[in-house]
Amino acid sequence: MAGLLKTNTPPRWLLAELTYACPLQCPYCSNPLNYTKYKSELSTDDWKRVLTEARKMGAVQLGFSGGEPLTRTDLVELVQHARELGYYSNLITSGYGLTEEKIIQLKTAGLDHIQVSIQASSQELNDHIAGTASFEHKQTVARLVKKHGYPMVLCVVIHRENIHQMPEILAMAEALGADYLELANTQYYGWAHLNRDLLLPTKEQFETAEAIAQAYKEKVAGKMKIYYVVPDFYEDRPKACMNGWATTFLTITPDGVALPCHSARDLPNFDCPNVNDFSVSEIWHDSKAFNFFRGFEWMQEPCRSCDEKEKDFGGCRCQAYLLTGDASATDPVCSKSPQHHVIDELISTARNSALSSNEKPLVFRNNRNSKNLI
Amino acid sequence: MTVNPEQLLTFSPLHRLQWEEVQQKTVILYPEGMVELNQSSAEILKLCDGTRHLAELVQKLETTFETSGLTADITAFLEVALDNGWITQN
Repeated sequence: MAGLLKTNTPPRWLLAELTYACPLQCPYCSNPLNYTKYKSELSTDDWKRVLTEARKMGAVQLGFSGGEPLTRTDLVELVQHARELGYYSNLITSGYGLTEEKIIQLKTAGLDHIQVSIQASSQELNDHIAGTASFEHKQTVARLVKKHGYPMVLCVVIHRENIHQMPEILAMAEALGADYLELANTQYYGWAHLNRDLLLPTKEQFETAEAIAQAYKEKVAGKMKIYYVVPDFYEDRPKACMNGWATTFLTITPDGVALPCHSARDLPNFDCPNVNDFSVSEIWHDSKAFNFFRGFEWMQEPCRSCDEKEKDFGGCRCQAYLLTGDASATDPVCSKSPQHHVIDELISTARNSALSSNEKPLVFRNNRNSKNLI
Repeated sequence: MTVNPEQLLTFSPLHRLQWEEVQQKTVILYPEGMVELNQSSAEILKLCDGTRHLAELVQKLETTFETSGLTADITAFLEVALDNGWITQN
């Protein structure tokens, strides 16, 4: 462990999930299915301490997320604390409940950037996916964010229900004056894992949508940056998840659990440490959870002897667990994985579901459904 | 993008230039991203404060570092900075 201490890179990215409360019900939410089980929330002083400790270690990018972070009444105070510490603060919000007055308050407190999510390019579909009438308000918020001098990032999560709207989504982002557009193909964790058969587009749909997005990228070059998060189920190699386990990213959940990635709470028997019990430095350097998949020693074949292991770190641990039952296995997205067939199977299951005439309904992310799933 | 010698060089209001003590580096921060700079790039960007044209910026750096012939290198870096939106001219 002592050797590790010296070679550990410090956290650069801190994701502060301030709350699991959210007025929206997106069926691809990355929060755990059983989020209603975790009722306690860190106090304002706890959050301030966590921000201070992580900043001292070298964290510089800070995301205020959730749930919906705007439901925390101390958000402005936390933003101000973060600014005093020198963080670059990102507010990752649905925009729901964001007023011009709040936008100004946050700006004065030192917030650097607001990312607004929009679920679709049409009101009907946006409000259906969000489970809440919110389309008009989101558009208003996006314009206000821009008006008050923030870099404006629109985030649209892409899945089978909205992928056909790609041209309209791109046009909407341009019309709203977005500086960045994040087209995030759904990552299948949490609620998205549960709803995968209904959300996963076909390969043809992906290819069509990606070609449209890439062409648009050139059209708006110099005006709007487009981040395209690729759907890894249709790749041959896994993503370099989290830039390697516990090398860069640190997530703190509403109740204070520290995670090397925001889905790691779902890994079994993992015993992730809580900031109520340990300092951020102890957690980062010494905890079993953070050291578990550091480096390459934990790897099985074919990762262990693979010449690409330093490029993708064996892919995503949570995906390996969700799809193979073994968190140490090669991410099955990799074509070298002996269990790569599970990806082909889930693609074909989703396709059959899309073609069937009586598809089961989406399970929306809300308290009632969460309690039923515990 | 090419640098216009007639226009002032200004660091983008949508980015932040900041010294990071732990890394001992100057970095550019922007939504969900960060670029680490080497010392010469950092020195160039610090001078893009809306008061200098290209020639004045080159002269200032050549004086500070007691050298000459920096125009080509500085211009090449500023073009990269313009392309990335780190600086603006207008």
